[in-house]
Amino acid sequence: MNQGVEVVGLYVRDQDEALAFYVEKLGFRVHTDVRNGDYRWLTVQHPEQPSFQLGLFSPGPPVHDAATAQTLRAAVAKGAMPPLVLGVSDCRAAYDRMRARGVEFTQEPIDRYGTVDAGFRDPSGNGWKLIQKRAH
Amino acid sequence: MNEGPASQDPGLLRRLLRAKDRMDAASHERWPVGRLARVSGVSEAHFARSFKQAFGVPPHRYLLTRRIERATALLRDTDLSITEIAFHAGWESLGTFGRTFRDVTGETPSAVRACARAAVHELGRVPACVVSAAQRPDLTTAVSEKRRRVADATNGPRPKEIR
Repeated sequence: MNQGVEVVGLYVRDQDEALAFYVEKLGFRVHTDVRNGDYRWLTVQHPEQPSFQLGLFSPGPPVHDAATAQTLRAAVAKGAMPPLVLGVSDCRAAYDRMRARGVEFTQEPIDRYGTVDAGFRDPSGNGWKLIQKRAH
Repeated sequence: MNEGPASQDPGLLRRLLRAKDRMDAASHERWPVGRLARVSGVSEAHFARSFKQAFGVPPHRYLLTRRIERATALLRDTDLSITEIAFHAGWESLGTFGRTFRDVTGETPSAVRACARAAVHELGRVPACVVSAAQRPDLTTAVSEKRRRVADATNGPRPKEIR
């Protein structure tokens, strides 16, 4: 695939904390981590999804003024950012593995609608659904 | 003093979110303020005020919207009796459930069951959790206030209460 979505970003409260979470607890890999003064472009990648990067960005200067950054931080901390979905082959196994690593689950795995789903949050407050891929 | 949500400390908001998440995960359980305050690591006096400032509704009313949402989902997706649904969703009596449900949604539980079953197929492509949240009642006023407004609209201005 040569065309398509390459990067979608999340706002996180602390990039080091987010990096540790997505790499150590979720098993993502660092794709790019570059700095320019206060600015840090940080993206991670799912090991099975080389064409897509998840950006972990911190609200603040030089992109945002202080009031805007505060508004964004508050929205993230209140769980008001858009839904995120992580597809897994076995939801219960992923739940057990992630929970053992200290991931904060908001919903235990539930069997419904022909699949299994659970819910968790990253340290910043971004909410993820963990949904088992349907057998095709 | 700025009382808007943006003035609240993100660290506090994140902990308040944890209390909201816990109500979401177990809305059928009892959630007295003390229990919620402990989840958020704040005092009881601070909790209700901070929660309302952050999420726009007091915690007990938020819990009520989640119970109504859960009851609606059970009406739509299961064959449980309405009495069973009332208890599963966290009510202690069928009468209170029926009255509250009607006051909040404007429909009886059995009418919602019939209607939801007819319409559910159109939403098949959206993840179930998102559909569920989208159908949450928008309870911006207290149920007692909503009841009063409905009564006023039906009966015209109420005479002054004489005590």
